Amino acid sequence: MNIHEYQAKEILAGFGVKIAEGGLAYSADEAVQRAREIDGDVWVVKAQIHSGARGKAGGIKLCKTYDEVEVAAEELLGKNLVTHQTGPAGKMCSRLYIEAGTNIAKEMYLSFLIDRGTERVIMIGSAQGGMDIEALAETNPEAIIKIYIEPAVGLQDFQARKMAFALGINTSQLNHAVKTIKGSYRALRDLDANTLEINPLVVTANNEIMALDAKMAFDENALYRRHKISELRDNSQVDSREVAAAEANLSYVGLDGDIGCMINGAGLAMATMDMIKLAGGEPANFLDVGGGASAERTEKAFRLVLADKGIKAMLVNIFAGINRCDWIAEGVVQAVKNIDMNIPLVVRLSGTNVEEGRRIIADSGLPIITADTLADAAEKVVQARNQVVAQEEG
Amino acid sequence: MAILINENTRIIVQGFTGKIGTFHAQEMIDYGSNVVGGVTPGKGGQTHLGLPVFNTVKEAVQQAGAEASIVFVPPAFAADSLMEAADAGIKYCVSITDGIPTQDMMTVKNFLRRFPESERMMLTGPNCSGTISPGRSMLGIMPGHIYVRGNVGVVGRSGTLGYEAADQMRTLGIGISTSVGIGGDPIIGSSHRDVLEKLEQDPETKIAVMIGEIGGPMEVEAGRFFKENMSKPLVAYIAGLTAPEGRRMGHAGAIISSAGESAAEKVATLKELGVTICPTPSLMGETVAGVLAKM
Repeated sequence: MNIHEYQAKEILAGFGVKIAEGGLAYSADEAVQRAREIDGDVWVVKAQIHSGARGKAGGIKLCKTYDEVEVAAEELLGKNLVTHQTGPAGKMCSRLYIEAGTNIAKEMYLSFLIDRGTERVIMIGSAQGGMDIEALAETNPEAIIKIYIEPAVGLQDFQARKMAFALGINTSQLNHAVKTIKGSYRALRDLDANTLEINPLVVTANNEIMALDAKMAFDENALYRRHKISELRDNSQVDSREVAAAEANLSYVGLDGDIGCMINGAGLAMATMDMIKLAGGEPANFLDVGGGASAERTEKAFRLVLADKGIKAMLVNIFAGINRCDWIAEGVVQAVKNIDMNIPLVVRLSGTNVEEGRRIIADSGLPIITADTLADAAEKVVQARNQVVAQEEG
Repeated sequence: MAILINENTRIIVQGFTGKIGTFHAQEMIDYGSNVVGGVTPGKGGQTHLGLPVFNTVKEAVQQAGAEASIVFVPPAFAADSLMEAADAGIKYCVSITDGIPTQDMMTVKNFLRRFPESERMMLTGPNCSGTISPGRSMLGIMPGHIYVRGNVGVVGRSGTLGYEAADQMRTLGIGISTSVGIGGDPIIGSSHRDVLEKLEQDPETKIAVMIGEIGGPMEVEAGRFFKENMSKPLVAYIAGLTAPEGRRMGHAGAIISSAGESAAEKVATLKELGVTICPTPSLMGETVAGVLAKM
């Protein structure tokens, strides 16, 4: 789960990391009000969306008067910001963070994440901050320092000092740097975050160390014990179909194609989408209906897939282990009857109670196309989709 | 003798008396697995499914001779159960539980590393379908009837995609020596590489199949192990050709987060390492048959 910059900064401040003075605004009036409350004569108006690279997309504006703050706020609020991380649909900006302008002497990069290879938290830093770390990794990998943290003992002072020196921190700032680095690590570790990125971490003209931007992502599996973090969820930043799916306890990812999918098991779902693509189609979604799919659950999944109006055909692919084909078949028949379904449906059933499942589909008298194998199913659904498109165009 | 489990392996179920534990314990017993009891703290001394319930894994090891364990304990308590099994001297543990926090698994793995290698419990999962040696023992939640005994060793992250592979092979008359589900989480007990090492040592396994997916460095690491250490052929399929970057595809671990983690990149690297690539998920059976025919 991702959170906004201002939320991440608030968390970091609680762990002893210095941040610039700032406040949240939902309107242009509030933005000006926040600016008036902040000392100084330069403010930064920052669009709060769940994406990096906001600066390049025009989501961060430097303002020197209250009027400029107002203009910037009016321009950003309600706008769909498209960055190279959001995809073409972009993300709606409905909150602004108004921050005191900072006089930057030096920009650095600091991040923490869980490294799957070593199964440890890895701390990554660079004296060259403010830029895209992936780009830096390609052009100048020596400029990136990696320190692995032993899970049982945590980040030690000597490691934080090592990082601080590598970042090029002035000796007079060493203690503050160690405090900042250790505080950031604790924020990740204590709150079950899986990513924390401060880019840039800066030294100000006043020789202070400050997090100028912050990005945090949390482990969904750990939210049950992080109630305060769960409250930071902003569903306006997530595909509305995915929000509905999460409420129904289904695993769903919206994609850009026009063939709807309902499959059991994440691996089989990915493989089925691959087959659709190989057959010349494009999947509209990833949907894992999971084990123990009852008729009700199946119908919910159908409604979710069909809520996407661009869908031209739908494929159900079930390999029943814990599931039973007869339950799924009953669910499919019930869903097709209850929902006014006007697109072709291809169903492939395999595994536990498959004969019974196929009989239920056949006896229903519904115009359901059945398939025996994965390849057969993918070809039939792409064919059905192409016919629908041809008719629409014809 | 199959790797990891056989008909004699003495199995206990952690989270035995719960609804899911009960259902799958019965399925395993019906399959012929040698289930000798279960553990539910506080219910020690009771009998469940005609088998003894123990308060601790240690008691199950001492009194019922438990060697292997399968864990159905809810995610909030699962990490503790895995460490308890390791501490009690369980040799092989399968964690079915889905939804264990990543940092908990980091702690579990760190705990396991404290044991000398000869005494260290092997763990597969979490969030997996388990392990089966067809016709001998099932330590998992798979539909046992789709697996026939043979000489193909299978390792995969996904449960249902593993069933698909087993079913395709069965249709072509190809059987399986051992199939191991390693799970879809970011941090898991055993990697593809760890299981390939076991399959390489297994005299019954003639060929290995790896079913991987997007995200993480594990498939490429396994490919390197294959090139340097394996005498048996390796067939691989990588799911997620259509997966967009940065999105979690169901499995917590199935997310492309850095270079080299997409399906296309993994396939390209594995090809270079001499792995036989299965081009589509519908050709897993045929690709294996093709390699077997050449042997």
